[in-house]
Amino acid sequence: MSPEAAQPESIRVYLVDDHAMVRSGVRAELGTAVDVVGEADAVGSAVAGILATAPDVVLLDVHMPDGGGRAVLERVRPQLPAVRFLALSVSDAAEDVIGVIRAGARGYVTKTISGPELLDAVRRVADGDAVFSPRLAGFVLDAFTDPAGLPADESDLDRLTAREREVLRLLARGYAYKEIAGRLFISVKTVETHVSSVLRKLQLSSRHELTRWASDRRIV
Amino acid sequence: MSSVPHVREPSAGRLGGFRAQVTDREPLVRRTDQRVIAGVCDGVARHLGVSAFAVRVVFVILAPLGATGVLAYAGLWAFVPAQRPDRPRPRGSWDRARSESVALLVLAVGLMLLLGQLDLIGGNAVIVPFLVAGAGVTLIWRRMDETRRPTGRHGWLQLAAGLALVLGGLALFLLFSGQLAPARQALLSIVVVVVGLGVVSAPWWWRLVVELGAERRERIHTQERAEVAAHLHDSVLQTLALIQRHVDSPREVARLARGQERELRNWLYGRGPDPDRLFAAAIQDTVAEVEDSYAVAVEAVVVGDCPVGAAEAALVRAAREALINAARHAGVEDMSLYAEVEPTAVTVFVRDRGTGFDRAGVPADRQGIRGSIEGRMHRYGGTAAIRSSPGAGTEVELALVREPG
Repeated sequence: MSPEAAQPESIRVYLVDDHAMVRSGVRAELGTAVDVVGEADAVGSAVAGILATAPDVVLLDVHMPDGGGRAVLERVRPQLPAVRFLALSVSDAAEDVIGVIRAGARGYVTKTISGPELLDAVRRVADGDAVFSPRLAGFVLDAFTDPAGLPADESDLDRLTAREREVLRLLARGYAYKEIAGRLFISVKTVETHVSSVLRKLQLSSRHELTRWASDRRIV
Repeated sequence: MSSVPHVREPSAGRLGGFRAQVTDREPLVRRTDQRVIAGVCDGVARHLGVSAFAVRVVFVILAPLGATGVLAYAGLWAFVPAQRPDRPRPRGSWDRARSESVALLVLAVGLMLLLGQLDLIGGNAVIVPFLVAGAGVTLIWRRMDETRRPTGRHGWLQLAAGLALVLGGLALFLLFSGQLAPARQALLSIVVVVVGLGVVSAPWWWRLVVELGAERRERIHTQERAEVAAHLHDSVLQTLALIQRHVDSPREVARLARGQERELRNWLYGRGPDPDRLFAAAIQDTVAEVEDSYAVAVEAVVVGDCPVGAAEAALVRAAREALINAARHAGVEDMSLYAEVEPTAVTVFVRDRGTGFDRAGVPADRQGIRGSIEGRMHRYGGTAAIRSSPGAGTEVELALVREPG
């Protein structure tokens, strides 16, 4: 994949959103800090463009005609597993969000995110870390909340460790990774490890509550 | 039936209501939930303001007289509109009036058979097939009263039974009149012609069915569109107009846009009243109120939910106070709220990255923190912790112990 992440300015980003206004807005917010190598407004052209440019990070809209961001993920990932996806959405239905995460996106942020925060998220995803907005953190906490009688034989994938829960809580409270590290007396890298581990559980866990939760509740 | 009308209570009098209701008559409709066969007698009785029983007796007497009653009944059935009940009649509500009516129906059939025996109107060779076919027609018509097309196995079974009865009645008639053999020839040619016509016109029929379906879909689509358009007009377009009028005031524009966004989300993703989401809903309402009043944006995340008792209500009010403090004093327009309901505790964090303050520098007479936040929480056995330092923002932590269960 990308030669070396020593120069974060060289991150190659591809934009996928069916609204031209959103694309130009994101372009303006990212500025010259990253290299926007292309953009697309539909699933088909996005798949072709991403395969042709092989970017580091794809900023992916969740809601689009013809299957949305999920369809792009499903068609690109088998061929270019190194490309990282960051879902960018107005945060609608939980089932859409959980859908793109489980299809392989490494993070989810809302379109109201500020420019510097978005840039930070892009860099983090390019480095292979996960990015959780406060809402996504709250959503994961809610979905993984254990009902009183939990069967003891559930696999590790189906439950969060106490530390992961703590990190998610701080994320949901609006703390940045650096602030979380300071509060918990751990390094930023360790925070990133916890969040990536939660992402892995979110993607691989088979617990049915996840699906049920997502379908009968929406992130607003 | 030699009862004396004036001895009865007016309400129970079979003919007693006649004069009272004659001036403003009920519309002539057939109430399908009151029917024995089709609701004709009930409808006529209500329209004329007489008892249904009397009307039924008249129809029974008329029935055998050259089938006058039957034909009159069928005519009224066809022309009087059916009125479906608002809610379905409870099953098993077979009252006395209906039992009477069924008895009358049996009486009518018996009378007709008797008259047939006496050979007054064509004999039983006519009457019996007539009754059988009539029963079949009744079954089919009744079904059509309920739904425009047969639905479910029951519906199709009723239709098939009705059709079989009608055909059986016709066959009986032909059999009794000794015309069965010649009729077979005629029947064969009729069948051939009908099948031929059917095959020839099949594409046309098919297209008719397809077009009907398409038209129905289109109609539903149009209705939905109209509803969406109406909603957008009342909400989004109005807000956009307001925003254009307030272009000079960014805060006002942001406030309008946020309120509209929230409203639109609620409409799109249905956050209706839900008894299981009480605390979360109360928090969301409070956040919305503060966002509107102070033109700030609150990133609110709520995990879990519980019913709202006095303690939880106090917690919501304390959280509101914390939000308002942040909106007033922090000097930033963004803040976050995180609320979590656990089996044994409810916790709320309100955080801003604003100016922050030094607790020692706050005058003792300021009631905001001490009274509205700390005092309130303490009264319900909860705690309030405030972490703040100048320049680093403020976080208020409110915690409440819950009774387990």
